Amino acid sequence: MSIPKPVLSAQDPLLRPLPAPPPHPGALSVRGLAGNLPWLACAAVLLFFLVAAIAPNLLAPVDPLAINPTGAFSPPGPGHLLGTDESGRDIYSRIVHGARPSLLIGAAATAIGLGLAVVLGTVAGFGGRWLDYGVGRLLEVLFALPGLLLALVFIALAGPGVTTTVIAVGLTTAPGYARMIRAQIIAQRASPMVEAATVLGRSRARILTVHILPNALAPLAVLATLGLGQAILWAASLSFLGLGAPPPAPEWGTMLSSGRTYLALAWWMTFFPGLAIVLVAAASTVLSRSLKSAGPR
Amino acid sequence: MNAVVPLLRVEDLDVSFGGTSVVRGVSFTVSPGECLAVVGESGSGKSVTAKSLLGLAGPGSLVRTTTLDVAGVDARNLSQRGWRALRGKQVGFILQDALTSLDPLRTVGKEIDDALRLHSSGSGSQRAARVIELLEAVGLDDPVRRASQRSGELSGGMRQRALIAAAIALDPVLIVADEPTTALDATIAASVMSLLGDLRATGSGMLLISHDLAAVASVADSIAVMQAGQIVERGTRDQILQNPQHPYTRSLLAAVPAGKPRFTRLSPTGDAGMDGVASVARPARTQPPATAPAPDVLPVLRARGLYKSFPMAKSAALPAVRGVGFELLPGHTLGVVGESGSGKTTTARMVLELVTPDAGDVELFGEPWSTVSEAGRRSRRSSLGAIYQDPLSSFDPRLSTSSLLADALSFGATRNPRKYTTEVAELLAMVGLEPGVAMRNPATLSGGQRQRLAIARALAPKPRVLICDEPVSALDVSVQAQILDLLDDLQQRLGLSYLFISHDLSVIRHMSDDVLVMRAGEVLESGKTESVFSDPQHHYTRSLLASAPSLPGSHRAQEGP
Amino acid sequence: MNTSKASLTRSPGVPGSAARWLLGKAGGGIFVLWAVATAIFFGIRMIPGDPAQAIMGGPGSQASAEALAAARAQYGLDQPLYVQYFGQLWRLATGDLGTSYSLKIPVSQVLAELLPPTLILAGLGLLVAWVMALVLAVISTRSGPVGSAVASGLEIVSSAVPHFWLASVLIMVFSTALGWLPPVSTSTPAGLVLPVVTLALPLAGFLGQVMRDTMATAQRSAFALSARARGESEIGVLLRHSLRHAALPGIALSGWAFGSLLSGAVVVESIFARPGLGRSLLSAVTARDIPLVTGVALVSAGAYVVIMALSDLGERLADPRIGPS
Repeated sequence: MSIPKPVLSAQDPLLRPLPAPPPHPGALSVRGLAGNLPWLACAAVLLFFLVAAIAPNLLAPVDPLAINPTGAFSPPGPGHLLGTDESGRDIYSRIVHGARPSLLIGAAATAIGLGLAVVLGTVAGFGGRWLDYGVGRLLEVLFALPGLLLALVFIALAGPGVTTTVIAVGLTTAPGYARMIRAQIIAQRASPMVEAATVLGRSRARILTVHILPNALAPLAVLATLGLGQAILWAASLSFLGLGAPPPAPEWGTMLSSGRTYLALAWWMTFFPGLAIVLVAAASTVLSRSLKSAGPR
Repeated sequence: MNAVVPLLRVEDLDVSFGGTSVVRGVSFTVSPGECLAVVGESGSGKSVTAKSLLGLAGPGSLVRTTTLDVAGVDARNLSQRGWRALRGKQVGFILQDALTSLDPLRTVGKEIDDALRLHSSGSGSQRAARVIELLEAVGLDDPVRRASQRSGELSGGMRQRALIAAAIALDPVLIVADEPTTALDATIAASVMSLLGDLRATGSGMLLISHDLAAVASVADSIAVMQAGQIVERGTRDQILQNPQHPYTRSLLAAVPAGKPRFTRLSPTGDAGMDGVASVARPARTQPPATAPAPDVLPVLRARGLYKSFPMAKSAALPAVRGVGFELLPGHTLGVVGESGSGKTTTARMVLELVTPDAGDVELFGEPWSTVSEAGRRSRRSSLGAIYQDPLSSFDPRLSTSSLLADALSFGATRNPRKYTTEVAELLAMVGLEPGVAMRNPATLSGGQRQRLAIARALAPKPRVLICDEPVSALDVSVQAQILDLLDDLQQRLGLSYLFISHDLSVIRHMSDDVLVMRAGEVLESGKTESVFSDPQHHYTRSLLASAPSLPGSHRAQEGP
Repeated sequence: MNTSKASLTRSPGVPGSAARWLLGKAGGGIFVLWAVATAIFFGIRMIPGDPAQAIMGGPGSQASAEALAAARAQYGLDQPLYVQYFGQLWRLATGDLGTSYSLKIPVSQVLAELLPPTLILAGLGLLVAWVMALVLAVISTRSGPVGSAVASGLEIVSSAVPHFWLASVLIMVFSTALGWLPPVSTSTPAGLVLPVVTLALPLAGFLGQVMRDTMATAQRSAFALSARARGESEIGVLLRHSLRHAALPGIALSGWAFGSLLSGAVVVESIFARPGLGRSLLSAVTARDIPLVTGVALVSAGAYVVIMALSDLGERLADPRIGPS
């Protein structure tokens, strides 16, 4: 029989194929680099700012602090790629030179936040019922002052400045991560894998160090990547509110804060430093998601 | 020409997903009053076939067919509206996953009412009365209250009955039931099956999809066997069950443990190369080591008066396990059979000392086991191994197959497989896995391969007792047959004793020398397997036996070659 | 196959379980408020220097000797620590939040004035975010790859675009360039548009993502297939089944979302020069006006605790699987 079969797939138009999940979106493999454009773009953004942080003069030879009153408020153009600020300083150069302090603040705050979270999370996860309860209450209190509120209360007590900002941001981000790590540890503790290891005669200490901790802390790389971007955002918010590094330091949040005054006059003073922050945060978000989907199982 | 117009007529059905063909050239008909069972293992395309008949093959599917007549409608080029007129009205569809097929946020009554509302114009109160009628018809007690409940408040069996009520709400001429008893306890499954049998008696045609030949044997008039997207054999029930022609049908029948005496081979020999499974040298088949053990034989495992209650459990009224005791003799298998909530798994966990009994004790090789400290137990744990229903979750996800085995072989001292190359290869061969599996991650293995690996890991420390907790429940029947055969082989070669836990009476009956029948935390009956099952004393054992699917006119001659 | 335990029937509402729930929430809330007050009380005293000076705005405030003496007297700084502590707790418990150093008026009066505008801003932000998220979830579920690309793009935006930058861009476009909306938050409805959108947009991206995932899961679920097999249309499945499932995580996350709105209000209120808790907290922090900081912290923690309890209650009412207790 050679009757052509009619296609019956008048399947519901709403049941159309789900967007095919890219095989490991942005997995860290050579395979399908071309299909991983978002990942490549993120890597490029992070690489650019990393180079800027290590060797800013390579990317922007102009002095970020050089004042030129006659050239103040130049819009973006051939002379100044991203324009100049109220004192005629080159915005592009300031953004490139601002990468180091901004990334350092972000990295330090992430380290504090994650470090605190690992301690709290493991204490709660392993410490038995009372410690778990205690840490749970503590986290509840920290959650009750969400985000900037906690950071601001901390700064009110300790006074403004870069160090305080770093600690404040670490403190702000820690509770969320701590809760994730605790949940991971508790899930691992109750996993069939741990039962199997017990049945095989492994000691508690060994199960803890060899099976539970490595699996529970495996998402730390993902959290750190995500956390860096978030920490930079929080720190920039505090700088923007005038509580971070004092001007004229070429730090992104501080640049935003001073640009805010001239928003109607020179939009580029606010727009571009903000864009740098958004790019880094978005790149770290996308990258962390790729790491997550490339992880085991 | 046949005078009877078939309710369902499919010819040359092809279904593919993104270029992968999953159903090829499938044809069959269902006449009024007929029940056709389509039987196949996972991946055979049986479910997709059923869904395609209602245009529900799902996103990304490409369905082609030369003929598709459903209840007198040519469904080849139906519009969405046309499909919707068929679904529910002409064809009642009972889906797999009884537990999740009701919307947990809506009441059962609303769910059933949907079918009425979509296809008929009765008033709200008329429909409400009909919903109660339907719930009563499917045998639910207190239908008025059930209608106002949500699926979370109903047991699995009640949910499936409610779903059947929704499917038959408009007296459809054809009922399609896709694995209607999956996830249900045996006694519940049997009652759901008999309910479906009653429906057929009203003259509707029925298409029954199942993985279990034995389960459909009591209801089906004819059977089609599917393998890898094709129907390999089709015939009346008696033809298929008594005189199967296709080798796959034969192997499926052989794999059914029901009615096969202990140590009968269930899987064909010479399965080398299939699924990464190497052929295992078969030892000479012998009878169980000691059919009548001398009274002075020391049991390897003895439990006395085990009690355990979980204060957090919702059913706090009764302890999970109450006064369970048993003895496991060397080289024997003690089967524990029970439905969900019977306490059989809690018993296994107490034997493994993963939970400590509230009362009672366990002895291992005549020495205290549950009453000593974990430190005192640790060095003796190597003599007691365990395998589980879901082997993958019991493996550390960061380890490859060979590291996993090296870890077990070295008693946790190392995970470097290089020092244990020979031993790893021996273990893999022992459980019938090809050497190439060593380098793979367990997550990439098939279900059968994973269970073989789990067995290899459990055997690495050279245990004498193996606790098997539902080891074949998640496996297809032919893979189940291979694993059961492997466990038999290993028992004979290594002199192992098994505590074998399963909800499946046929599996227990096939595997065990002695048996415990458990329900609601208690042992109802125990003794020699054949004497318990040939002359059950407790009515619950009798009802379990009655509800266990069996092959009528069973074909005991079909033993392994 | 046969291992999923038949789920047990939900225990019917035990008499008094609602009261116990309420009591538990109230106890938890009081604990949180006590902890915040205690942390601030000891926080000030742990910082090197004169606590009176810290209360009066730190070393840079150049508070007069009389002011410092007044503060010492008001806070009993010359008394033993435990007397000070319990005295402070007693004052707070009786509603005496002290006098704002920078504004020279009672803190309770400042809060009474500032709480309503912030609650209006955050409430509107939550409402708009909710509507946007639901629309986003429905559109991306129904419109295939393009819709989900837009949705995941918005999700990235929600996690990477800070409020201050979004507000600046919105002002540049809608106030400076187009002149449609005022750049400062006036009392007119038009003055509320930009602040509310600034707060709602990132939140909508996040909520929309969660709702979209739940909706997609519901659309693929066995009960949706069951409904289709009964003859239900796609719209019917969406409205009768999936939408309700998608709303659940939205309700559950509302408490958290409100918290993030309070945090965002600090930035948004100061950019749009809108009176409110956030902006006054910022000026109190800048002036190191500890009584006002304490007051704002207690009020926002209290508001957060109440909203969390409401969101918990809403979740319990909307999802029969959780049960009343």
